[in-house]
Amino acid sequence: MLNVDNVSCLRGERRLITALSFTVQQGRLLAVTGENGSGKTSLLRMLCGLLPPEQGRILWEDQDVRACRERFLASLIYVGHLNSLKDDLTPVENVTISARLAGEEISEGKTCEALEAVGLARVIHRLPTRVLSQGQKRRVSLARLWMSQRPLWILDEPFAALDASATGLLMQQLRSHLHNGGIVIAATHQEIDVGADRLDQLRLAG
Amino acid sequence: MSQPGIFAALNEIIRRDLLLVLRRRSDVLTTVLFFIMVASLFPLGVGPEPAVLRTIAPGVLWVAALLSCLLSLGRLFTADYVDGVLEQMLLIPQPLSVLVIGKVAAHWLISGLPVVLLSPLLGLQFGLSGEALGVLTLSLLLGTPTLSFIGAIGAALTLGVRGSSVLIALLVLPLFIPVLIFGAGAVTSSASGIGAGAHLSLLGAGLLLALALAPWATATSLRIALE
Amino acid sequence: MALAQINWFKYSSPQAFYPLAGRMIPWFATIAALLIGVGLYIGFFVAPTDFQQGQSYRIIFVHVPAAWMSMFLYVVMAIWAGLGLGLNARPSFMMAQAIAPTGALFTFLALFTGAMWGKPTWGAWWVWDARLTSELILLFLYAGVMLLRTSIDDPRRADRASAVFALVGVVNVPIIYFSVRWWNTLHQGASVSMTAAPKMAATMLTAMLVMTLGFWMYSIAVTLARMRCVILERERRSSWGMHHSHREAVEVH
Repeated sequence: MLNVDNVSCLRGERRLITALSFTVQQGRLLAVTGENGSGKTSLLRMLCGLLPPEQGRILWEDQDVRACRERFLASLIYVGHLNSLKDDLTPVENVTISARLAGEEISEGKTCEALEAVGLARVIHRLPTRVLSQGQKRRVSLARLWMSQRPLWILDEPFAALDASATGLLMQQLRSHLHNGGIVIAATHQEIDVGADRLDQLRLAG
Repeated sequence: MSQPGIFAALNEIIRRDLLLVLRRRSDVLTTVLFFIMVASLFPLGVGPEPAVLRTIAPGVLWVAALLSCLLSLGRLFTADYVDGVLEQMLLIPQPLSVLVIGKVAAHWLISGLPVVLLSPLLGLQFGLSGEALGVLTLSLLLGTPTLSFIGAIGAALTLGVRGSSVLIALLVLPLFIPVLIFGAGAVTSSASGIGAGAHLSLLGAGLLLALALAPWATATSLRIALE
Repeated sequence: MALAQINWFKYSSPQAFYPLAGRMIPWFATIAALLIGVGLYIGFFVAPTDFQQGQSYRIIFVHVPAAWMSMFLYVVMAIWAGLGLGLNARPSFMMAQAIAPTGALFTFLALFTGAMWGKPTWGAWWVWDARLTSELILLFLYAGVMLLRTSIDDPRRADRASAVFALVGVVNVPIIYFSVRWWNTLHQGASVSMTAAPKMAATMLTAMLVMTLGFWMYSIAVTLARMRCVILERERRSSWGMHHSHREAVEVH
């Protein structure tokens, strides 16, 4: 369970978010919407602890995330609006190394399975990431969602650059994660089809 | 946060950075060639008088090492910052300073160690004696990691700032001065018969101090840069 | 804890500080002018002529206090910067920002007067003596702090990044000073130890102390004035800031 308690956020000299409170329960997805510049990315980065809130607290399972930083980060997968891939490494190396750095025991075989699950054929697993298309790169950066047991997913525009088939695969994976009791917070412009009983909406005013 | 977890992360980050360099070998070559070139310019500017060259050799080689370290600092965090990997690194469930130590260690292996290994060769060009060559190599071996640690602070502070490549020189070079003084001083004093022990001890102490404080300052600066 | 925080914010809120600083500036400026006048008078007319260096030594009444102030102000700036990082308090960062140019000015003054003194005494505008070299490096550090701030657009990041650099610098200043002295003795270069006069006459010491005190008061007055500018610049978006800033008031729409 993730609790956001009376949180405010400044960007530069502008107040983006004022006294925001909400709770996301297990098995639910919170879709964050709002115009460009309304603070969606800032909110997600604040939830991850990348951006300290100006005031207020963020609680993970009733504990302040600042007090249990390492336990919180070990429960979290964040996919930002950048793909976080090294152009000179192959997709397999990229995914395996970033998962290992994040403290997960991952074999390259498991990475290949995850890459296939996001619809990337084996022939491109060993190419430099530089030669992939934008959509393929996005799929690589989302592959971690297919190989991790971590409960909390924070996704910034996960559907950007994805085609219809990849969007379908991701929807399917989101549903199965929620079904297993996971939590998803996603900033998106897209309708998310995970069932109305699992969906919460948060609309940020500009 | 378990001990093996820390070492696994450290190991992983160093291996990753070395792998990246293997894919792009020109980066190492640029640094090394720069070091050789700067050092070779001085005899051309000062003249080939052996006695003069022997006197200025410690200072020249140390300044060249300093500048080649500075040249490679821009790459320390910038690539990871631009493609978003650095942001993911901030979310690793390990203390950020551990990660910084890994990055600095990889940076030193890539840009510092080649300079250390090449320095006896360049010292020969300047006519340094056998003992002075040994002291020069040892002083660089102790001093260049400190340069990488101090440089990491500057690299983190100027991350994504406009004009950062010039700004980083301005921030970091004054902080390099003690290392330069003790490093070049070690060679000079061994050549003049005083012995280099005191200088080398001070270089070692500097390295320990940098190891204790610089990762923390760098981690803080990285968090500030990525807010 | 709670009480301390309330007090802190009460005295450090820009709205309360701005008029208070405005009332304090004339006092500090007057005291500074008086002290500097008295100090210069003692230094230039009362203190005895040096039997070796003649009149030219009198520049130390400016040089030494300026050198002292330049180092002292760097430490003060670093303390404000550290407070800002520790307490996450914006006024502390503003204070550090306001002190930096004055510190740099005194560093420059120390270098300039050092060179002026060096010419008649040593026959060279610049000698690589330990004090002058350290002052030069200190000037680089001041430049680093100020340039880092102006290169970063986001004010919050600019505050915090330059604060980290100020703290890194303050750890390094003693090390740099020590290493430069070490280097100086190793190479046995020219030494311009101006304070090591065999027996410093009581009047000379008095003049130096009065000058230092005058420089100190000047620093406070200038820092407060600059602080007011910083506050106006940063608060220009708030209604309070607009009220106090006439130029900005025109742009209200």
